[in-house]
Amino acid sequence: MSHPKASSRNASAERNVAEAASVFAALGDETRLRIVTRLCRAGPQSIVRLTEGSRVTRQAVTKHLRALSRAGLVRGRRSGRETVWELEPRRLGEVRGYLDAISTQWDEAIDRLKAFVEPPEA
Amino acid sequence: MNGSTDRIEKQVLLKASRERVWRAISDAGQFGTWFGIEFAGDFVPGEILKGTIVPTKVDAEVARMQEAFAGTEFVIRVERIEPMRHLSFRWNPYVVEPGRDPMQEPMTLVTFELEEAPGGILLTITESGFDAVPLDKRAQVFADNEEGWAIQCRLIERYLTGEHVAPEG
Repeated sequence: MSHPKASSRNASAERNVAEAASVFAALGDETRLRIVTRLCRAGPQSIVRLTEGSRVTRQAVTKHLRALSRAGLVRGRRSGRETVWELEPRRLGEVRGYLDAISTQWDEAIDRLKAFVEPPEA
Repeated sequence: MNGSTDRIEKQVLLKASRERVWRAISDAGQFGTWFGIEFAGDFVPGEILKGTIVPTKVDAEVARMQEAFAGTEFVIRVERIEPMRHLSFRWNPYVVEPGRDPMQEPMTLVTFELEEAPGGILLTITESGFDAVPLDKRAQVFADNEEGWAIQCRLIERYLTGEHVAPEG
């Protein structure tokens, strides 16, 4: 059970929570959050450009990008001699999906409440 | 509601008397019948009440899906009861690990408001406090960081409204 209301959408809701958890874990770090924000604002970037103006070393940025990549938040693409990193925005939507799942469960609960309180002839 | 990550709001016009709707909400037994929960007692403000998932008696299809969860226990804490008008409680909108105290974990606030409306009773249900809900231990830290959360919200909204930076380019 993910929620008292999760019953009817159990499997997908459970999966949403698990997936959202890995996204939040990946974003639960200031440097990684900055990287994601930067990729979001400026589009695909190489490590060199991502490191520009940052106090964090290139090695550290690489490490963080790998962590973000494991969570499915970014992906790296070879471009000549360097790797260009870009956002995988679909994953961010899944965080929202957790709330959507609960929202749907409320809709279903409301349908049952309606059937429960409204007389059949109404 | 779209765009808010903290709150869900639902409204429904119920073609029934205020008394009927109020009983369905405020009587723990009736609430459980349509919701699919068996409470261990009555709703009393300030008190913690144990509930067990049982298949709902209202919808056969949902009942079948709920079978898998039958027996799962959770707790609610009743916040406020204003007869015929308002009932609210808190609960955990996610799995609380066995052995952890659910009351020490972040909870969401669920409210039921009844209003007179043409043709029946307008019921407004809200569930709020999702922004404070940790999705794992790291997420808890993240959620505590307001700025981080605000950025996350903007990212999600941007994604949902299609304004995210296109991957190709």
